[in-house]
Amino acid sequence: MAALAAPLLTRVLKHNAAWVLALAPLWIFLHFAGMLETVAGGNSVSGGFDWIASLGVRFSWYVDGLSLTFALLISGIGTLIVLYSGGYLKGHEQQGRFFSFILLFMGAMQGLVLADSFLMLFVFWELTSIASFLLIGFDHRREASRRAALQALVVTGLGGLALLAGLLVVAMATGANELSTLLASGEALRSSPLYTAAFVLLLGGAFTKSAQFPFHFWLPNAMEAPTPVSAYLHSATMVKAGVYLLMRFNPVMGDTAAWETVLPLFGGVTLLVGTLLAVRQSDLKLMLAYTTVASLGLLVMLTGFGSEVAVEAAVLYLIAHSMFKGALFMVAGLIDHETGTRNIASLSGLRRAMPITFTAGLLAALSMGGLPLFFGFLAKEEIYAALAGTDMWAVAATLVAVVGNALMFAIAFAVGLKPFIGPLGDAPRKAHEGPLLLWLGPLVLAVCGLAAGLFSPFAHHLFSSPMASAVAGEPVAVEISTIPHLGLPLALSVLTVLLGIAAYLGQTGLRAAMASLVRTIGWGPDRGFDQSIKALVRLSVAVTRIVQSGRLDIYLTATFIAVALSILVPMVAFDELPAMPQVTEFWFYELTVVAIAVIGLGAVVYARNRLTAIVSLGIQGFAVALLFMLLGAPDLSFTQFMVETLSVVILALVMTRLRLAVSEHRPLGQKALDVTVSAACGLAFGLLLLKVTQLPFDDTLSRFFEVNAKVIAHGRNIVNVIIVDFRGLDTLGEIAVVMIAGLAILALIRIRAKDGAQAVSKQTERAQ
Amino acid sequence: MRTLIFRTAAPYLSSLMLLFSVFVLLRGHNEPGGGFIGGLIAVSAFAILGIAHGVPAVRRAMYFHPMAVSGFGLLLSALSGLLSFVYEVPFLTGIWTSVHLLGMEVDLSTVMFFDIGVYLVVVGSITSIALALEEREDN
Repeated sequence: MAALAAPLLTRVLKHNAAWVLALAPLWIFLHFAGMLETVAGGNSVSGGFDWIASLGVRFSWYVDGLSLTFALLISGIGTLIVLYSGGYLKGHEQQGRFFSFILLFMGAMQGLVLADSFLMLFVFWELTSIASFLLIGFDHRREASRRAALQALVVTGLGGLALLAGLLVVAMATGANELSTLLASGEALRSSPLYTAAFVLLLGGAFTKSAQFPFHFWLPNAMEAPTPVSAYLHSATMVKAGVYLLMRFNPVMGDTAAWETVLPLFGGVTLLVGTLLAVRQSDLKLMLAYTTVASLGLLVMLTGFGSEVAVEAAVLYLIAHSMFKGALFMVAGLIDHETGTRNIASLSGLRRAMPITFTAGLLAALSMGGLPLFFGFLAKEEIYAALAGTDMWAVAATLVAVVGNALMFAIAFAVGLKPFIGPLGDAPRKAHEGPLLLWLGPLVLAVCGLAAGLFSPFAHHLFSSPMASAVAGEPVAVEISTIPHLGLPLALSVLTVLLGIAAYLGQTGLRAAMASLVRTIGWGPDRGFDQSIKALVRLSVAVTRIVQSGRLDIYLTATFIAVALSILVPMVAFDELPAMPQVTEFWFYELTVVAIAVIGLGAVVYARNRLTAIVSLGIQGFAVALLFMLLGAPDLSFTQFMVETLSVVILALVMTRLRLAVSEHRPLGQKALDVTVSAACGLAFGLLLLKVTQLPFDDTLSRFFEVNAKVIAHGRNIVNVIIVDFRGLDTLGEIAVVMIAGLAILALIRIRAKDGAQAVSKQTERAQ
Repeated sequence: MRTLIFRTAAPYLSSLMLLFSVFVLLRGHNEPGGGFIGGLIAVSAFAILGIAHGVPAVRRAMYFHPMAVSGFGLLLSALSGLLSFVYEVPFLTGIWTSVHLLGMEVDLSTVMFFDIGVYLVVVGSITSIALALEEREDN
């Protein structure tokens, strides 16, 4: 609803509308914050009402620890983002539209995480994809934004279809079509034979949405969007929808060999690829984008790891990531806004000019780097505690996590520290601190990251524990605190930090090395996407060329062959051929009329001239009309007369317009084919009619019409009463079709007339 | 085709056919006839006039664009169906009334207007096709 009001408000209040619009998400935030205590106690809130009762579709919601934390993140960060975009797009002519889109997205995302019924989940899932498409393509005058928007839509849209199929399979396997019933169903899904299908399909949905390798390419491209969008959709919320889905299904689908192999594998690869590609970038936003890909990989890996501690780690990291990544994106946008560049090489020494931004960036970077006292540190400790183990699998996972985290540490400081220290760089614009609207968001988020770390028991009680319980499917209490404990996790953390510092210091060299590596590989999924789209276009062009040859005679032949086959084949196959009819006595005049029809047909076949053929066809038509008249169907015969007359007139007109040769020259083979097809059609219809008359005739309807025509509809002409009264709606539809067909034909004639005229004038030119 | 006899007779013939088409339309409820047939007769009338005197003459005679006639017909049919909502009966339910006109009792109904709508749609659509086809002849 706020989305509707946004454009109007913005027109009146200019960028200050942000203050008013931010009230909407804030209200949602407070509303859900009010539920915190209930949910923390281990309860869940649900409700709903019937939507399409006959299909069992309910509009229902379900709030437990998982959805509540998501809802709070979405509305809380949403509030800050709306304020931030108020400053970021200040003076932009389409700011109102932007607000509208972003609030639309927020609504969809809230719906997604709160949805209980599968259908709602899917609908809101698709809505977030659409909102994301609109927001990425917000700057629709640029080719790159349009491409990125389309790419994101195609990838996430495909994933959405996979999700729909997956949800249907789940519903088939368990009979549940609401999350709450599914979660209560226990082992039903895991033991179902459809488990693998549901698993693959749901992963398809989750992996595309959460940009897992090899679908990660759309996310960095989506950085074409304005920065508030990148911060909100493409780091803090929307891309986490896939993770949400996995977490949601963890209690009923997790704990199987497939789940615990595929998820950590894809997650781990994504983590490595993401961080390595991030190091290569020199654009602040792109660096962050790739670390987002990496973080999502980490989350997927943890979700799939199976142990309780891993779930706790995933939960902690998810919350921490939303806060520090959102903040860092906003910092990057702020730097871009104030200095005019996002290139890390030309940014340095901004600390004096932008002290508040510096504070926010540094705090966020510390959290992302996982240093003590910050919420990110808790997450990292928990991650290492979860992964540490002695078997191969755990060691590999730990290694991946250490490398990934170290590189992310480096990136965090490259974004949050590097632009601010050192001598002043050669940025295009002279930097100064941004307005309140711009720095409020990142600062609040960054401070939240610190506060959540400092008051961790409180945060655990309210967020982490309920959420982890919901993901694990059983009560779990998160207990980690910011005071470092000696042990393996801490050692790994220290190692990470050391490696990270090394990577930070050597980032220029690393960047060059990675760049050359990527160049040698040369091909990536991004290019693959383009190639497959091109291949699709080429394929459809080829298919169109075959199916739509543009030659009327081929279309007609195909249609008639299909008609003949569809009648004859079932008749022969099911032995439903009609019995030979008994020959009754004909009246003389009936025979005469039939003879006239036959003569007319003969004339058609032997006519040398097209016009003669058309007129002869008319003879046959009139003979049939006469037969109708004789057999007692005056209405039908009347109509037949008029239709015949008009079709002769119109056909004659068309034929003369077409400028065809007066007589026809078809090769013998073509003639034989045409004769066969027409004979088959005639035979098929003849047999069908015979069969129909031989079946017992159900005269319920005709008796009803006979009795009621006069009584209900006040008419003696049953045919007409049926047309205008009993079947009035059909007639209304028919006349609408008549009119539309008329319009279409008219348009066709006009187009052809123009083309024809041009062709003729060209021919005359050539002749001259 | 444009013989003197044909050209002289065509306007009278067309007028008669038009009159007849309206007659067929209105009697349709009780005797053979109705909107579809009446419409087709009227189209034939216009086609004859067009062949005899050319398309511009027909367009002048029709005054409105045939497609507009067709659109009006569709609107009329839909509206006559909508009238039933006023009486809180389902869409397209026939509503009947009798009026005394020139000393005679005439039954009027929404069904009749519906049929007139059908007539107009048929006349408009097919005439516009036929005229467009004939028009090219002249060029």
